[in-house]
Amino acid sequence: MIAELGNFALMLALCLALVQGSLPLLGAWRGRRSWIALARPAAAGQFAFVALAFGCLVAAFADNDFSVAYVASNSNSMLPWYYRVAAVWGGHEGSLLLWVLILACWTAAVALFSKRLPPALAARVLAVMAWISVGFLLFMLFTSNPFERLLPAARDGRDLNPLLQDPGMIFHPPLLYMGYVGFSVAFAFAIAALLGGELDAAWARWSRPWTLVAWAFLTLGIFLGSFWAYYELGWGGWWFWDAVENASFMPWLVGTALIHSLAVTEKRGSFKNWTVLLAIVAFSLSLLGTFLVRSGVLTSVHAFATDPRRGLFILAFLALVIGGSLALYAWRAPSVGAGERFAVFSRESLLLLNNVLLLTAAATVLLGTLYPLFLDALELGKISVGAPYFEAVLMPLFLPVLVLMAAAPFVEWKRAAWGKVGGRLSKIAQIALLFGLTAWLGLKYRPAVAAGLMLSLWIVLGTGLHLAQRRNVVKQPLGYWGMLAAHAGIAVFVFGVTLVKGGEVSEDASLRVGESLVSNGLRYSFVNLQKVDGPNYVAARATFEVVDADNNMVILQPEKRYYTVQQMPMTEAAIERGFTQDIYLSLGEPGKDGAWLVRMQRKPFMGWIWAGCLMIAAGGLLAATDRRYRLGRREAATQAASVAVLV
Amino acid sequence: MVSRWRVAVLLLWAAIASADDAALERRVTHVAEQLRCLVCQNQSIADSHAQLALDLKRETRLQLSQGKSEQQVIDFMVQRYGDFVLYRPPFKAATWILWLGPFALLAAGVATLLYQLQRRAGSGEYEQ
Amino acid sequence: MKRYILPLGGFAVLLVFLGIGLRLKPQEIPSPLVGKRAPEFSLTQVGDARETFRSTDMRGKVWVLNVWASWCGPCRAEHPALLELSKLKVVPVVGLNYNDQRGDSQRWLNEFGNPYQATAFDGDGKTGIEFGVYGVPETFVIDKQGLIRLKLTGGLTSAQIKEQLLPLIQELNHG
Repeated sequence: MIAELGNFALMLALCLALVQGSLPLLGAWRGRRSWIALARPAAAGQFAFVALAFGCLVAAFADNDFSVAYVASNSNSMLPWYYRVAAVWGGHEGSLLLWVLILACWTAAVALFSKRLPPALAARVLAVMAWISVGFLLFMLFTSNPFERLLPAARDGRDLNPLLQDPGMIFHPPLLYMGYVGFSVAFAFAIAALLGGELDAAWARWSRPWTLVAWAFLTLGIFLGSFWAYYELGWGGWWFWDAVENASFMPWLVGTALIHSLAVTEKRGSFKNWTVLLAIVAFSLSLLGTFLVRSGVLTSVHAFATDPRRGLFILAFLALVIGGSLALYAWRAPSVGAGERFAVFSRESLLLLNNVLLLTAAATVLLGTLYPLFLDALELGKISVGAPYFEAVLMPLFLPVLVLMAAAPFVEWKRAAWGKVGGRLSKIAQIALLFGLTAWLGLKYRPAVAAGLMLSLWIVLGTGLHLAQRRNVVKQPLGYWGMLAAHAGIAVFVFGVTLVKGGEVSEDASLRVGESLVSNGLRYSFVNLQKVDGPNYVAARATFEVVDADNNMVILQPEKRYYTVQQMPMTEAAIERGFTQDIYLSLGEPGKDGAWLVRMQRKPFMGWIWAGCLMIAAGGLLAATDRRYRLGRREAATQAASVAVLV
Repeated sequence: MVSRWRVAVLLLWAAIASADDAALERRVTHVAEQLRCLVCQNQSIADSHAQLALDLKRETRLQLSQGKSEQQVIDFMVQRYGDFVLYRPPFKAATWILWLGPFALLAAGVATLLYQLQRRAGSGEYEQ
Repeated sequence: MKRYILPLGGFAVLLVFLGIGLRLKPQEIPSPLVGKRAPEFSLTQVGDARETFRSTDMRGKVWVLNVWASWCGPCRAEHPALLELSKLKVVPVVGLNYNDQRGDSQRWLNEFGNPYQATAFDGDGKTGIEFGVYGVPETFVIDKQGLIRLKLTGGLTSAQIKEQLLPLIQELNHG
């Protein structure tokens, strides 16, 4: 019953989405107030029905209703209740429903907070979002229905993949989707502006907070995925340039370019075409990511079970949405009014350079991810593209971005003088360079490590100097604090990555209970091994005492688990997280003689990577809550004029 | 006298052997980092504990200790597993676009940017 | 004006490749050994360690080499198809027991049936590496001159035997 109710709710949601997508759009075109007014209630109704459908699916999981095929493939009666809820989005069909739910949430939020927008613009924005919803709802109802029945019902489910039975599963997909799907708002604003012709600073001011929030969520989602993989996969890796990871990184890169571009459009009225294009590309990459993960075109541990029919549907959807929006861009962009002029050396031109660099980086990630597909399609053989490629090619692209990050805030708008800028930056440039040279030649760090540390310091110094030079440090707007936090977060992140990649050490050894080993400055003693029974697994838990040179000891308990339903072994690493390093201990396979393969790692400043990500996300959220965005239309106009003077 | 000599020689031999071992292990790791584990997701055989990874590492160790060069070991693997086993894509005609594309793209982007900036800054409007 | 079309043009090219991509199989890694001489090996047999199997003994015959292990689930799943193939008696089927223990393999064959004319024991997997084996089961078709003509990864299905193996074997036998 509940499954049928959910199915019906989805159909009703589809109807409402169709209404929301058509009448308001026509109304905005024709000036029909009554049709325009349909947008908000339709959005609210759509949200209500999608939420109902989602609730029905959650109920089916909570009740262990194994007559629903999707529940039977992804859950099990021995699964703890909180993982049963997370299992709702553990497979293809359910994760699509989550996608649609989050889209409905964003749509409802836009409907709620758009009272001060010109009605025609708001109508168009909601209509565009409705069409995206229509596409996904049709996809679900026709090819991937989570409510399909399994008759006769299974006696028990096939269980959620043990790798997913983790708190990470509860938070990572929703956060990630909040980001991915959130870019649809910027996209909708861009399309609405192209359709209606009102591409101006006000439009940018409306788009900005939505984009910042989506970008912040995407940052958090990617961070959480990485953090989870680090402790879950058991061998100390945290980023693998896997196709699905790349699919989330590309929109993030373009999103970063977008938020900077939006800032310029808001403040100076320039970059309008760039901003619109970036908004279209960012969301297009989100959609492309959805395609790549579900079509079987690329192999990935993240990929869902595939079906060529589904792949074809999404591809057609992509062609329509992305092709349509890019065609609209090609048609309307030439007639978009010009912004103000600026010189070859100015903050505008540096931000444009930033756009080019970040876009090139995103294109590079796309190239690397799809290259095996290109070669295979052209029958030129099969290659694999992994971390060595991405790291080698992206480093030279990110270096100038990091340099610009600290320097650009010191460059005037419209026209800047080399000499003056050089004068402002020369002291901190010298300090950073000196530090870099000392690290390289004096402390004998590898050039890449020295460069990373140098750039990290450069950003910190530049950000700090900029703040120190403000006339009134305390009264800066939240947008400014957001920028500082995010840029400083990048510096912290770069610092962490540089030292981890440059200084991490790892050793594999075979140990029996009672034995100990000194590895990379720490003594590891295998004290105890015990059998542990979990709710749906059996585990061997090892207890290690790890002692350093100063006789400080920590106790680490890595486990080797065996999940009984899926008969899958898994490693639970033991991590001692510290301010200056992580000690990472994981168990491999047991040998026949009772000795266990143990991997012992030390990762310097690993925690700074996570701290950096959190600072970046915090920066985005801070900037989004800036007072400017919460002002009324009339006040906003005066404020916009004075804002142009700041920063 | 004789036994002390023997001990000294044995110790010396052990020291050399373990130093050799350490050097060999470094070379094995260096090769292993360049080969992909075919049964894992995005790991090199250096990182992986899969049976295939351990087997290939063992084979690498054997060949290096027999005097083969690192490149010869890698070629051995590629002959049997194809280019797919290379963790770092090879640089050959089929992958020129892969390796050179990003830089070409960047150069084109920056060049277009500079051109646009200089042209428009000189004339009346900046439109982009 | 032209540059505004560029994004759309780029996307169109991408779309074509993605469309083609839907029909490819990215998990399959083709073997570079197809068309080349099969590695020669000489190993003891699983049943009787005193007996040796030499791959060169098969010269002049078309034969099938099936790489398997007792710990491998898909090998168990493909086993009935292999038994069918060996019952047809059109081609000798030789097993290569990969990374396994003699006792376990012998028990496995006793319990599930032995389709193999001979089973070479590759306990440490070295011969498997020579053949570019990365995951069991894998099946090779080798011609009269000792060249590898076909490699199939994953469990053999009856359909594969009927549609790919048998026609090829017939062609090689008459060629």
